[in-house]
Amino acid sequence: MIRSTKKKTKKTGRRHPMATVALVAIGLIVTGAAYAGFSNSSAIAEVDLQAQSTIDEGQKLFASNCATCHGIQADGTDEGPSLIGVGAASTHFQVGTGRMPLAFQGPQGMVKPKQFTEEQTLQLAAYVASLAPGPGIPEAQYLDGDGDVANGGELFRVNCAMCHNVAGAGGALTEGKWAPKLSGVASVHIYEAMATGPQNMPVFNNANISSDEKRDIISYLKYLENSTSVGGFKLGSLGPVAEGLFIWIIGLGAVVALTVWVTAKSN
Amino acid sequence: MAQDAKNGSSDAVVAAPSAGDVNTGLSAGTAVIPADSFANPGHPPHRARVTDTDPKKEKRAVRTVYTLFYISIVGSIGAIAAYVAFPIESGDDVAIRLSTLFIGVGMALSLFGIGLAAIHWGKALMSDKEGVDERHPVRGDDETRLAAQEIFKQANEESGFGRRALVRNTLIGALIAFPLPGVVLLRGLAPQDQDPVALLKHTMWDKGVRLTRDPSGTPIKASDVTLGSVFHVIPEGLNDMEHKLDEKAKAIVLLMRLKPEDLIEDADRKDWSYNGIVAYSKVCTHVGCPVALYEQQTHHLLCPCHQSQFDVTKHCEVIFGPAKRPLPQLPITVDSEGYLVAQSDFTEPVGPSFWERVS
Repeated sequence: MIRSTKKKTKKTGRRHPMATVALVAIGLIVTGAAYAGFSNSSAIAEVDLQAQSTIDEGQKLFASNCATCHGIQADGTDEGPSLIGVGAASTHFQVGTGRMPLAFQGPQGMVKPKQFTEEQTLQLAAYVASLAPGPGIPEAQYLDGDGDVANGGELFRVNCAMCHNVAGAGGALTEGKWAPKLSGVASVHIYEAMATGPQNMPVFNNANISSDEKRDIISYLKYLENSTSVGGFKLGSLGPVAEGLFIWIIGLGAVVALTVWVTAKSN
Repeated sequence: MAQDAKNGSSDAVVAAPSAGDVNTGLSAGTAVIPADSFANPGHPPHRARVTDTDPKKEKRAVRTVYTLFYISIVGSIGAIAAYVAFPIESGDDVAIRLSTLFIGVGMALSLFGIGLAAIHWGKALMSDKEGVDERHPVRGDDETRLAAQEIFKQANEESGFGRRALVRNTLIGALIAFPLPGVVLLRGLAPQDQDPVALLKHTMWDKGVRLTRDPSGTPIKASDVTLGSVFHVIPEGLNDMEHKLDEKAKAIVLLMRLKPEDLIEDADRKDWSYNGIVAYSKVCTHVGCPVALYEQQTHHLLCPCHQSQFDVTKHCEVIFGPAKRPLPQLPITVDSEGYLVAQSDFTEPVGPSFWERVS
């Protein structure tokens, strides 16, 4: 072995090897923070859903963004279902989570960056709600997450866990569809999903699961989201598949590597 | 030499074509007499390790080994320290996690340290000379065998095992009888005075039993079940049963409402649904998992265990997966107060097949 002694020349300031990395990092952080500031500013909006002006604004938005598939009268076409009677809750959920407008026709509409501000979303919801009565946007008292967590957990396990996984981690359905994971979903959207049954999810109306029980379920989900895992890594809370994959590949891999090392001749 | 070992057939001898060579005892048909095709290659040449040749490397290996033993000691003490340092009496999730984490890491280090050090010691520092220990033959020599026989014979004479036939036979009989109480007691664990076949064939559902919500047990009005709804259903009175879970396991039902025109119903089962409301057993006919993953647009029911799929519009016939029979349908109707009730029990046993199930 030949040992070469390194020449030590200290580079400082803008000639430092890490200067470019630091510059790029600073640029990204500033841009990101500025963007977050801008996009948050319009999140809270007070909109009167009953006002005729709101409905008119909503109709304009609908005509230019939604009518291609849902029809100019919102009565549905071959490309999309009728929206008469789906209510404000359905519109607020589909548009508010970015599912609508659809990116493409597929097995399932998926969550993507929102295309409308909260104000525009509410205007659209007001228009759709004006067509025919349907489930409305829930009141804040059901969304605070301070309900009975234990009762919410029991209701969740009976009604929701078979698709959404007992820890709300989501799961697969048939023909490319899936039940999405529920962590990070806004309380209002969880409530609206239960009330309206978006896409292939069944409807859980207030006669089945009352508003207070929905509040309990939301409380349970928020509790799950904010509680730490006592047992260490959750591996996505996906259950035996993820755990099996981990132990068979990482665990068994480590055992095989150790065995190879133990039996190999020392050089 | 090495060349010969590689190509075994070079040692083969072509048999003489003359018929019936008595001397070799070979049959006339033998064409080639193969020699032993694989010669023992012996040991590869001994290769010295770097720790044998380079004293610096040897010193480093020594350092590694004792460092690992030190790490093990640190791990053991660390586990004790972690037990003291992270109390779990508060019951706080984070405290429990920290406690288990650091105790576990300490104990893992203590055991791994010993194991790794011992193996590294053996591989890098202990003598490395190859040696041969011949395996002794399994069969003992004749003298030993005769001695063993003698011992057995003597033992037989002294104990009278062969001579006192009654004593021997009663011993064998006692050994056979000894485990019998265990078998009888185990059998007694089965439910008393209950025919398991009858238990499997019937559920709590009966004529007029109301459909109630799981878990609250409140009755369901037909008008509550809006289009696209799903209700998880238990029979009325289940929550008051002594063996609630035994009954629930058989009686769980999924209630769905479809557009009546979407249902494709058999003529004899037309009156089993009510205005598009249908009720099906939630117990999969494959191995009994609860089937409740209902998709309200495709009207598919999916079993999460083995991906069996049932089409709710066609009496839950199997459209995919390992299940062989459709889910049993619960005939329902409404009572005078508008609540959903069962017309009868299921008309076939719910759940997976069992031996005495007809069809």
